[in-house]
Amino acid sequence: MNRHLISAGDLSQDDAVLILDTADELDRIAERPVKKLPTLRGRTVVNLFYEDSTRTRISFEAAAKRLSADVINFSAKGSSVTKGESLKDTALTLEAMGADAVVIRHSASGAPHRLAGWVRGSVVNAGDGAHEHPTQALLDAFTMRRRLGRLDGLRVTIVGDVLHSRVARSNVLLLSTLGAEVTLVAPPTLLPVAVGSWPCAVGYDLDAALPKADVVMMLRVQQERMNAAYFPTVREYSRRYGLDAARMALLPEHGIVMHPGPMNRGVEIAAEVADSVRSTIVEQVANGVSVRMAVLYLLLSGSDQGDQR
Amino acid sequence: MTGTWLITGARPLGRDAADVLVRDGLIAEIGPGLDEPGAQRLDAGGLILLPGLVDLHTHLREPGREDAETVSSGTAAAALGGYTTVHAMANTEPVADTAGVVEQVWRLGREAGRCDVQPVGAVTAGLAGSRLAELGAMADSAARVRVFSDDGRCVDDAVLMRRALEYVRAFGGVIAQHAQDPRLTSGAQVNEGEISARLGLTGWPAVAEEAIIARDCLLTAHVGSALHVCHVSTAGSVEIIRWAKSKGWRVTAEVTPHHLLLTEALAAGYDPAFKVNPPLRTAEDARALRAGLADGTIDCVATDHAPHPLEDKETEWEVAAFGMTGLETALRVVHEALVEPGLLDWAGVADRMSARPAAIGRLSGPRRLAPGEPASLVLYDPSPREAVDATAHASKSRNTPFAGMVLPGRVVATFLRGRPTVLDGKLAW
Amino acid sequence: MTHAADQAGRAQRPGDSPARAVLEPAGIKRALTRIAHEILERTNGAGDVVLLGIPTRGVPLAHRLAERLEQVEGHPVPAGSLDITMYRDDLRLRPARALGHTEVPTAGIDDKIVVLVDDVLYSGRTVRAALDALGDIGRPRAVQLAVLVDRGHRELPIRPDYVGKNLPTSQREMVRVLLTEVDGQDAVLLEREVS
Repeated sequence: MNRHLISAGDLSQDDAVLILDTADELDRIAERPVKKLPTLRGRTVVNLFYEDSTRTRISFEAAAKRLSADVINFSAKGSSVTKGESLKDTALTLEAMGADAVVIRHSASGAPHRLAGWVRGSVVNAGDGAHEHPTQALLDAFTMRRRLGRLDGLRVTIVGDVLHSRVARSNVLLLSTLGAEVTLVAPPTLLPVAVGSWPCAVGYDLDAALPKADVVMMLRVQQERMNAAYFPTVREYSRRYGLDAARMALLPEHGIVMHPGPMNRGVEIAAEVADSVRSTIVEQVANGVSVRMAVLYLLLSGSDQGDQR
Repeated sequence: MTGTWLITGARPLGRDAADVLVRDGLIAEIGPGLDEPGAQRLDAGGLILLPGLVDLHTHLREPGREDAETVSSGTAAAALGGYTTVHAMANTEPVADTAGVVEQVWRLGREAGRCDVQPVGAVTAGLAGSRLAELGAMADSAARVRVFSDDGRCVDDAVLMRRALEYVRAFGGVIAQHAQDPRLTSGAQVNEGEISARLGLTGWPAVAEEAIIARDCLLTAHVGSALHVCHVSTAGSVEIIRWAKSKGWRVTAEVTPHHLLLTEALAAGYDPAFKVNPPLRTAEDARALRAGLADGTIDCVATDHAPHPLEDKETEWEVAAFGMTGLETALRVVHEALVEPGLLDWAGVADRMSARPAAIGRLSGPRRLAPGEPASLVLYDPSPREAVDATAHASKSRNTPFAGMVLPGRVVATFLRGRPTVLDGKLAW
Repeated sequence: MTHAADQAGRAQRPGDSPARAVLEPAGIKRALTRIAHEILERTNGAGDVVLLGIPTRGVPLAHRLAERLEQVEGHPVPAGSLDITMYRDDLRLRPARALGHTEVPTAGIDDKIVVLVDDVLYSGRTVRAALDALGDIGRPRAVQLAVLVDRGHRELPIRPDYVGKNLPTSQREMVRVLLTEVDGQDAVLLEREVS
């Protein structure tokens, strides 16, 4: 595997399957009395979160600690970052502290790329602007595989604001690498102009897509998009692209409903759908820790040298 | 006074070798086997001789952003690039929208003495796009402004653009438009297309440039004025300009060296060295721009030299400043992009980088290599191929997208009205 | 299985001298039967025994032992697997490796006699890692070690309780264990690596 995990597109099929299989094994640690492995003892993992995200940060923190790594949390509020310290200077500070890995969440697409040029450790992208969120895609794939037993040939429909979604981008790349068939459903205004070049199908009619979906993944829609004329009203969006109980009934019997969170209950997803037995939203969170443990283990525990005797 | 120079063995416009005698600031004679006892001699064997280059679009940053560039450092960079005239854009601090500021810039240029600095006046006061600046006062000032531009911003209000085009007819001026519909490009970072979709950056659609150009061409025709289009970047824009010219309308256009050679693919690593406005576009666009420059639809090359300090470029993409330096690499890039593939010969380069920009800028006197003309010249060695070394640049800023790229050629000497500003590739003034 | 025994499954390379069989299928069978009886003796009927095989080849060996124990004593003996990759002391020396499967029988290991099972005992580091792993899973009453082959060259104070075959080797030799469940045949091969 690469030194960094910045884009889901960086992962070959073998890499991706290795991460999922490793996560499978590590999942069992949660059932033990001692939920810790000594594997990353002495390593330092820095959580560099420029965007507020308690859930993702805690997930990475739990993952690192379960592998016995030391965790340092660097959040944008109340640190030198708010005083206008540049990303580069922050990177140099982390270097001086000896960070083996930096997990970065940032509002600017490409921030992890830049960081990777300034630190010697591994960079894990925890979400950069509208670009990618590879560990989210990995935990989504892990969840699908757990629930439905396979990924190859699985029909996955992703619904919502694809244009601004890093989760959508990572999922399209990773799922197509793993052999799934991806369909994007959204109003044309929320799809990138060049989406035709992506490895997926595109549709505008959610009702038509649902009967053929083994997995439907709902993306969060921000109400502010209405002000930039991406859709006329929240009501119209919800009516045409929201997943309510009636639509959920259109899914095949085994069909599951996913959402990366946080949800806008009542906008893109109805409350009863989110709480239904088909919904994987809660287990996605738990799976996140195992998947992130696998990622940290595979990035940090080995050397870069080839096999030695 | 300037001395007498005998330049031997040069190849004017790339043709057969000849000697050039420079005396009292003028070209005295061109021909084989010249001699002038007492003259300083310059052996120009194998070097291409071109008229001094004219840049219609440079940002010298003074007054206001002297941390990025000054008139002194900018004109040094210009001279090293073979330029003898640069038009300094008006988006300084304060904005060059009064006679006072344009005269200040003009005077700084004369004091530095490395190349002629012709200030460009703003179209609207403060570049705010709401009312016209004192165009007449700037035209009458010592700086004799004829080219007006809000570059950096678009004059997007159609009524204001119409008024500006009409008003400058009184003194033979031209409006140079930075074509960018602000509403269609709100928050835009890169060309809108495959790259923007993949990188998760807000796109800058080609139509935001093309729609403004089409409108402005029609306005220019309607009021009988003259329009110059800054930094054309798309194939569609080239087509629109070709159409406008076919109607006999007085539309001229420029293209930057970087748009001729580079494409949006370079943005893939999120390195803001490649962030510029208008953005780098597709390979098809670059091809159309080269063809457009070759066939004359695009009149000239203009650098849009935009220096920025390191801290404004060494950041995340979205936060980085737009812009690339260009004076010191322009001729080499044009050599690589047009001369090497045989799209343009050296006579064509002289036309696109000296004669036509001088004409558009309404500068006194044509630019020809003939006896009696001002001896503003550049000697260029076409043979070396070396990587661009940004640390050796005279510009205060290092934001060139060509750093480390292998390009042909080297400017050996530059003369400004008979006085050498660059000798042996180094500043001589 | 020690680091050198990673090579045990690899294909023969040109330059290796031909492998010599030091244990044939029949010999392996007899050794496992003997070990099973020794376990029964030492643990007074294996009533509290849990067999944990160390992947890869320790696992089928553990299951074969469990079968024999059940055959003799008439009651099933729980058998599972214990992957020790995350506890290795040489992780930083090579690229990150895929994990093996850990399956601890439902009865757990608390207050049980855990018999670790592996194919080759070499430096002892694998067993050290297994002891650390066991400590995080529970508290066995005792831990014993059964190996098919002991090839010597211990680097830690670790000794086996049950040995199929003692095989003195030089460090330039490789011991390869093949098992039907994994490799399609049963054999223990010794080959000298030609440098």
